[in-house]
Amino acid sequence: MSRNAQNDHLTRLEQTSIHVFREAFANFRSVCMPWSMGKDSNVLIWLARKAFCGKIPFPLLHIDTTYEFPEMYEFREKAKAIHGIDLIVRVNEDAIRRGIGYATHDPVTVTHELKTVPFKAAIDEFKWDALVTGIRRDEDPTRAKERWFSPRSAEGVWDYKDQPPEFWGQFASVAPEGGHVRVQPLLEWTELDIWEYIRRENIPNPTLYFARDGKRFRSLGCHPITHPVDSPASNIDEVIEELKLTKVSERAGRAQDHVGRNSMQELRAKGFM
Amino acid sequence: MSTSSLPSPAAAQAAAQAAAEDQRKMHVVVVGHVDHGKSTFVGRLLNDTDSLPNGKIEQVRKNCAAEGMEFEYAFLLDALIEEQEQNITIDTTRIFFRTQQRAYAIIDAPGHKEFLKNMVTGAASASAALLLIDAKEGVMDQSRRHAFLLSLLGVKQLVVLVNKMDLVQHSQETYEKIRTEYTAFLKSLGLTAVHFIPIAAKHGENIVNRSAKMAWWTGPTVTEALDTFKHEDDLTGLPLRLPVSDIYRFDHRRIVAGRVEAGAIRPGDDLIFQPGGRRSTVRTFEDWPGPESRSVVGTGGSASVTLSEQIFVERGQVASHPSNQPRVGREFRARIFWLGKEPLVPKKTYKLRLLTQNVEAVIARIEKITDASTLESIQADSVPRDSICEVVVRTTHPVAFDLHHECAITGRFALEEAGRIHGGGIILDAHKEQSAREGKVTAAERGARSGHAPAVLWFTGLSGSGKSTIAELVERRLFDAGRQVFRVDGDDLRTALNRDLGFSAADRAESVRRASAVAGLFANAGHISLVTLIAPLAADRAKARAALSNHAFIEVFVDAPLDVCEQRDVKGLYAKARRGEIAEFTGISSPYEAPESPEVHIRTDKLSTDQAVDLVLDALDKVMRSKAEDWEV
Repeated sequence: MSRNAQNDHLTRLEQTSIHVFREAFANFRSVCMPWSMGKDSNVLIWLARKAFCGKIPFPLLHIDTTYEFPEMYEFREKAKAIHGIDLIVRVNEDAIRRGIGYATHDPVTVTHELKTVPFKAAIDEFKWDALVTGIRRDEDPTRAKERWFSPRSAEGVWDYKDQPPEFWGQFASVAPEGGHVRVQPLLEWTELDIWEYIRRENIPNPTLYFARDGKRFRSLGCHPITHPVDSPASNIDEVIEELKLTKVSERAGRAQDHVGRNSMQELRAKGFM
Repeated sequence: MSTSSLPSPAAAQAAAQAAAEDQRKMHVVVVGHVDHGKSTFVGRLLNDTDSLPNGKIEQVRKNCAAEGMEFEYAFLLDALIEEQEQNITIDTTRIFFRTQQRAYAIIDAPGHKEFLKNMVTGAASASAALLLIDAKEGVMDQSRRHAFLLSLLGVKQLVVLVNKMDLVQHSQETYEKIRTEYTAFLKSLGLTAVHFIPIAAKHGENIVNRSAKMAWWTGPTVTEALDTFKHEDDLTGLPLRLPVSDIYRFDHRRIVAGRVEAGAIRPGDDLIFQPGGRRSTVRTFEDWPGPESRSVVGTGGSASVTLSEQIFVERGQVASHPSNQPRVGREFRARIFWLGKEPLVPKKTYKLRLLTQNVEAVIARIEKITDASTLESIQADSVPRDSICEVVVRTTHPVAFDLHHECAITGRFALEEAGRIHGGGIILDAHKEQSAREGKVTAAERGARSGHAPAVLWFTGLSGSGKSTIAELVERRLFDAGRQVFRVDGDDLRTALNRDLGFSAADRAESVRRASAVAGLFANAGHISLVTLIAPLAADRAKARAALSNHAFIEVFVDAPLDVCEQRDVKGLYAKARRGEIAEFTGISSPYEAPESPEVHIRTDKLSTDQAVDLVLDALDKVMRSKAEDWEV
């Protein structure tokens, strides 16, 4: 397979994502893009700049759990300057005062309190009717059922039992009363696509993804519950070669997914992304 | 939390294979009647192609054992709680896997009738389909309905899998019977199955590995058949169709954004935007990050175009080359599949979405309703959920489209109600307007001809505030967008109709009354009329508003401070008034009562003329949209 044909595949994904961004911006009154600072999120920023010819015309939101890796805070400031991001940062100060934390609580509770609760509060505060997220169908079986435009009720609930039909490039264009629509431009991408695109476009990313002392992070979350995998891949080429062979799931290092049989499903029905 | 090891050079051979693969995924939808074994088939396909993550099977087996259930391959996919409880797939699932040839995305669509909309969602994004039929149960309702939908959705590559052959003793006779019956059905839809493959999904027979129990089968296995599917045709050779998604004005540039749905576009191309018919030339592509932009954007590519001329372009219009344009019209015949809980009824207003166009539409006439599972005609006044019909569609505004057989992507549309898509259709042919109706010409007929509701835009403000300048530009933009529009100018009226009137309070009141009467006549004729008149007294303007209350009325207050107007003094009138040569001059020797709550308030000293024009057009657009809702056909 020639390099051109590979580019073709990535270009197709890129162009479809740009179309989704543009349709969202044209359809909704007030758009926001939550930013985890992880690789998918950073690809989204890149795609948004392509879609809108350099300038992202809506704010980004970082829900700071206060448990980010120190390197992530440095990366946040650097990326903010590079991309000219209009960034909103929110912390659930109340939960922290109440002593919610990984030392004393289970991951599902902490994730709910420090991510989902402040996330919902920000939506209430700013009244966004569309949120751009970086979820991909290959990450998790529940995410495989997602739509490009996925409505959420006022309570943030995903009614996966009655999703709107979506065909021929026509999406659900109206947010439910008091709710919003999740816009998901990366739905068709895989983890490998993400890395190959990062390499092709030279997109800035945290270096935690690359191996130090034989371990690297494949997915980044709160540091107490995010574990590195054994890997010698210390640069982007090696990461890509590794992913072509692996059969270990991407979120294997994310503890909150694995508490109960359907913990991911429970988190998502409550409004987690 | 245990950490997992990643593979080492052991799989070098697999690496070589991976590198040789086609990176582009083939999207294949798996459809068929409920319980004919789709999820089991997909689970088995993943297992037999070695595509499951480490430990997945063991995890599912453990969960099953814990709950005293027999392990089934279908559980690999049925990740949602409800599905495990009810044992049916409720939504379309996407699973990635690869053969030695290339990567696939398998779309597992639900077979239960309740979830037809999910099946449509899954199938519409597929290039090919696998349709399962239970060998023991035979062809069922959803087997037929799904094939009908595949034909409407344009999925032409089809392989039928005759499943559960183990339950019919692997009988070739049973297989042949199903093949003959179903081939005839497909033929009536204009479909042909590439293969009918006998399989037993539960036992992995003829999926990746050949079945020793069906030696009579000499055709391909499922994976062999999959590898023969082709990606959908590249539409770059077709005429250009670039629907406008948006106009970006984030900086000094004015960028027309859209995705090329067919054909290709290059800098220097002449373009025509339909409906409306305005022409311009592609000046540049504004690709980020640069420094260079593409020299051509082909089908599927997102374009960011600047134009040589500043013409009025809006979301919904379709750009094409003037030599090969789409049709423009308000009526066409279509075949529709209807998924709404409420039936599709004539005379009710729906939103019709075709590319980025979004217009009001009604079903003018139902010609035929078909039961999608039997192909029999149904006699009814409305189209029930999950059936197919042929209808005449009429839209309130002109729409740019192609016939489905000319260009599928611009020849199909979705129908929406209350923000939710309830059906889709393909355009069979453009419909001629109905023959002449009898009697008095109604306002609705005039509206139907102009393609929009009438309206009155009433510009008030001091002399020199910029009323005429803004109104002229608004008129130009509306005219270029294909709207019927006429400007009723206060100065023009004074030279003829109002030449008997002076500037006394009584004469001013009469002048406003006459101007509103003229504007009303134009609105009655179906036009958008733009009145520019100082009309300084609130009471006079209130009377005009009341007199025009049966039309959409927008008061535009063109607000500039007196000193600014006086400084401009385009006509030299302020100078004359200051010298006492004009009596009762508004602002100098006669009062101006500013409107308290105009629909649009323009501070001409703060806004550019372009921004002012946009404000007026936005307000008009809002009113027209709300008017269009009670617009009758």
